Amino acid sequence: MSNLHLLSLLVWLPIIGGFVVLGLNRHEHGARWMSLVVSLATFLFSIPLWTGFHRGTAAMQFVERAPWIATLHADYYLGVDGISMPLILLTTFTTVLVVIASWENVSKRVAQYMASFLILEGLMNGVFASLDAALFYVLWEAMLIPMFIIIGVWGGPRRVYATIKFFLYTFIGSVLMLVALIYLYLKAGSYELAGFQHMPLTLREQTFIFLAFFAAFAVKVPMWPVHTWLPDAHVEAPTGGSVVLAAIMLKMGGYGFLRFSLPITPDASRSLDWLIIALSLIAVVYIGFVALVQRDMKKLIAYSSIAHMGFVTLGMFIAFQIVQHTGRTAGIELGLDGAVVQMLSHGLISGAMFLCVGVMYDRVHSREISAYGGVINTMPYFAAFMVLFALANSGLPGTSGFIGEFLVILASFKANVWYAFLAATILVLGAAYTLWLVKRVIFGAVANEKVAALKDLNGREFLVLGALALAVLIVGVWPAPLLDVMRASTAHLAQQLLVSKVVP
Amino acid sequence: MEPIYLTIALAPLAAAVIAGLFGRVIGRAGAHSVTILGVGISCALSFYVLYRIVGEGMAPFNGTVYTWLVSDGLTLNVGFLIDRLTAMMMVVVTFVSLMVHIYTIGYMHDDDGYTRFFSYISLFTFSMLMLVMSNNFMQLFFGWEAVGVVSYLLIGFWYTRESAIFASLKAFLVNRIGDFGFVLGIAAVLRYTGSLDYATVFAHAQDLVAAQVHVSSTVSWSAITFACICLFVGAMGKSAQVPLHVWLPDSMEGPTPISALIHAATMVTAGIFMVARMSPLFELSDTALSVVLIIGATTAFFMGLLGIVANDIKRVIAYSTLSQLGYMTVALGASAYGAGIFHLMTHAFFKALLFLAAGSVIIAMHHEQDMRKMGGLRRYMPITYWTCLVGALALIGFPGTSGFFSKDALIDAVSQSPRFGSGYAYFCVVAGVFITALYTFRMFFMTFHGKERMDHHTQEHLHESPWVVTLPLILLAIPSALVGWFTVKPMLFGGYFDGAIHVLPANDVLARGGEEFHGSAAFVASAFGHLPVWLAAAGVATAWLFFLKKPALADSAERSFKWLYEILVNKYYFDWFNEHVIMRLARLIGSGLWHVGDQALIDGVAVNGSARTVGWLGSVMRYAQSGYLYHYAFAMILGLACFLMWIVWRT
Repeated sequence: MSNLHLLSLLVWLPIIGGFVVLGLNRHEHGARWMSLVVSLATFLFSIPLWTGFHRGTAAMQFVERAPWIATLHADYYLGVDGISMPLILLTTFTTVLVVIASWENVSKRVAQYMASFLILEGLMNGVFASLDAALFYVLWEAMLIPMFIIIGVWGGPRRVYATIKFFLYTFIGSVLMLVALIYLYLKAGSYELAGFQHMPLTLREQTFIFLAFFAAFAVKVPMWPVHTWLPDAHVEAPTGGSVVLAAIMLKMGGYGFLRFSLPITPDASRSLDWLIIALSLIAVVYIGFVALVQRDMKKLIAYSSIAHMGFVTLGMFIAFQIVQHTGRTAGIELGLDGAVVQMLSHGLISGAMFLCVGVMYDRVHSREISAYGGVINTMPYFAAFMVLFALANSGLPGTSGFIGEFLVILASFKANVWYAFLAATILVLGAAYTLWLVKRVIFGAVANEKVAALKDLNGREFLVLGALALAVLIVGVWPAPLLDVMRASTAHLAQQLLVSKVVP
Repeated sequence: MEPIYLTIALAPLAAAVIAGLFGRVIGRAGAHSVTILGVGISCALSFYVLYRIVGEGMAPFNGTVYTWLVSDGLTLNVGFLIDRLTAMMMVVVTFVSLMVHIYTIGYMHDDDGYTRFFSYISLFTFSMLMLVMSNNFMQLFFGWEAVGVVSYLLIGFWYTRESAIFASLKAFLVNRIGDFGFVLGIAAVLRYTGSLDYATVFAHAQDLVAAQVHVSSTVSWSAITFACICLFVGAMGKSAQVPLHVWLPDSMEGPTPISALIHAATMVTAGIFMVARMSPLFELSDTALSVVLIIGATTAFFMGLLGIVANDIKRVIAYSTLSQLGYMTVALGASAYGAGIFHLMTHAFFKALLFLAAGSVIIAMHHEQDMRKMGGLRRYMPITYWTCLVGALALIGFPGTSGFFSKDALIDAVSQSPRFGSGYAYFCVVAGVFITALYTFRMFFMTFHGKERMDHHTQEHLHESPWVVTLPLILLAIPSALVGWFTVKPMLFGGYFDGAIHVLPANDVLARGGEEFHGSAAFVASAFGHLPVWLAAAGVATAWLFFLKKPALADSAERSFKWLYEILVNKYYFDWFNEHVIMRLARLIGSGLWHVGDQALIDGVAVNGSARTVGWLGSVMRYAQSGYLYHYAFAMILGLACFLMWIVWRT
């Protein structure tokens, strides 16, 4: 399959397509159709990744490698395993939906708007597929630019504050990661990720590198207390921006921990796991309470995202304590699988939730919860979708939202009963903030004239939400195929964690 | 055999999907036809399965339908375990569900959400079947949550009513508190047995006994007790045991058919079923069973008392349901699982009957539910009257009715139990018999007898409900009256549940009762020598005296026991506490963390503070960049002087 250059196609097709769309500046409709064609084609080309994927091996697949910057020993080196491949599918799928959802509700600079998303898609695919740290870093930083533009140009009234906060937060973390990557390069002689993973490092080195990575990834996840950029960014971002931000960009942090922190610095991860576990649990409980009192729908969902992403980091770093407390490795993969599934599921559900808010915002032009009430009376189909996604967000079994939470709770109980206890509070808190939102917005008598005048979903909106609803339900009812794809990779990672890299 | 089980589970799901997605296409008649067909198929096949198991002695079925996921070598399947316990539950669930489906045609006749309602109750039937048919904890939890969601949707069915959507949210959240414990219980089971399959877990139950849950470096709890109590917290939510009972009375905001199906006959008994299903685990922890016993007894007695002061006909029955669920829980706590399940079955019939009869009254009264505005309905609604009487007699345990057999056996079992708390429990369940009779016949007399207190308009239009309403009443009245006669022996003393429910010989209180069992008729006759029957009679007599013969007595009693009346009317202040303390505290914590933690400290000090610091530094540094040559020259001289001083200092 590698001679088809599938991964290159997934990176470059949307980027080139994005520049073509930029050229269609004068033809708004042409720009929309062109974007749809490009994003659909990208999605279709990503399907062979799933169908042609060899299950049962942790080796990188669809590998492409070419020299890139010879003086730095940096290669153009792409490949996917069972962890990154589903994330790429999530990216291509989400982008199609974002293009459809943005069809009419963006009126100024349509071509640029669409082009930003296409370029962003290519860059994000590249981040997930990079096996070379230099390439990874370039794409990782480049990814910020389209998102910066999306929020800064099409955002709300406080967009400047939000973009600067977003940019500075993520950039400061990234710069520290760059220092760590350069250090690793100087030691290893190349930017190849596999080389970094195999290279022995002292605990002291690992600790510094871990902390540098942590700065970059914790901001992206985001973990408490470096999370406050997210609610602001979401509130100001246009709907499409929020969807991509929540569905995919937050996953970069989790992915970074899996691909960099855990395998490159396993010993530091072990000695500092308490930090991640504590911050993850704070995210679940603290943020759960904060979400409860939000008055802005987007802020509420943003806080909900932070709490749910706490399960991702918890699932990853619970491994060491499982070994310590049970003396066995059973449960490590449970946590890792749970973390990865939680990332994918959160991508679908939070994306859907932000789209739902977008549907209402397009009609009423308010995100305030108090501006709504009784939406079900005028938008019954929409209400059905919103209730479904809200239940999925509360971790209802039968939806994708359940799997990750369940697996991580099961795994964390093996480490410590209190971890499971605190993590499981999401059952109550998650349901409380999500369904209270639904009660105030969706149910009840018609609250005001604006709600009375609402029109139910149009065909496009129905299509987008329907596609997400199907995905949420299919994954929830039958997650086995997804887990089958991931198994070899998470098992491999679980082994990497346990092997000390400190030279005796 | 597997296709049959799949059909039983999936027929209602298919019907629910058709009615839910294509309700507008197939219309009202289409929606009720397809769902009744779906549930009817399930019901018929469930009876067939029960016949195969009981009549032909078919071995239990335990098989996988499909693999849900595999992770870390742990295989989580969707699968069925069909033994005698499950088969009985399937029959109860599908039969009551079928009755409720038929009844709904009449009850929801004028409602705009007709097709939606049928879709929901079929979906509920599917969820409940998945719960009882499961052979593993994961699917049990799926069914557990799914019935909770459908219950949420149905309590809030009339979504424009503020009280209904408040009640639905409350029900879901209180259940989630239970589920919080339930999930921890499941996690504990997996941690110490390495599996979530019933069969494997039960086989490794001793691992749980041997293990300790380390709560802190010095404190550790027995894993079996920890797991069982956590699982029971889940049951407390679903089966509305004190203090997680608060959602059930409010759930009466939903349409009456679902009060009968979900909040009386099936879903609320899921907790009872679950504990019975987990009997191989619970049997190993006396502590956990004592907790079960005490919580159940408290619910049985104190929730029954509330039924005496409620005036809403549905709420009286709801408190009765709470109390009866307490009875079942007491049976579980006394290791008399068979008696608990037996009472679950008889209760499903007579309580569904009572709710549907109340619904019939509510239709006649133009959706008036206040009993103070009823009275004398016997004349207008003979079928409702007689069937309701059957239900009421069964509820109070009138000798010979189904409720008599189950309640009497249950009380007997508690009296035999040596477990800690059984004395208290015995007092509660025996005193509860009097209370039950009192509130039941208070309701009965206030509704059907005495002066006609409704307004003139309602009175003119009073008439018996249509046949779709009365037929289910009659069909439920039959088992309510008779089912005890031929089920008491096998289910309690005949080893019907052998293989499904495990009781340690030392705990087997039912077996001791069985030694004295000489046939159903003798069982009835011997009851007259026991206290409960006379207590029930006294309760009926009191109700007659206070609420029919001399209502002034009730008023004066209310006045002289004002403080008690206040406590009861305020439902022991549980709701007040939850709303004014817990909910307010949660919001307070939330806004505190948000305003102080996120906004003041993180954003205010750390983020914007560093931005301000940088800005301030910049503004200070700006003065150095003045552009005047003599400033720079002066700085250079100063620097040079310092440098020289340093050099001199060093040497």
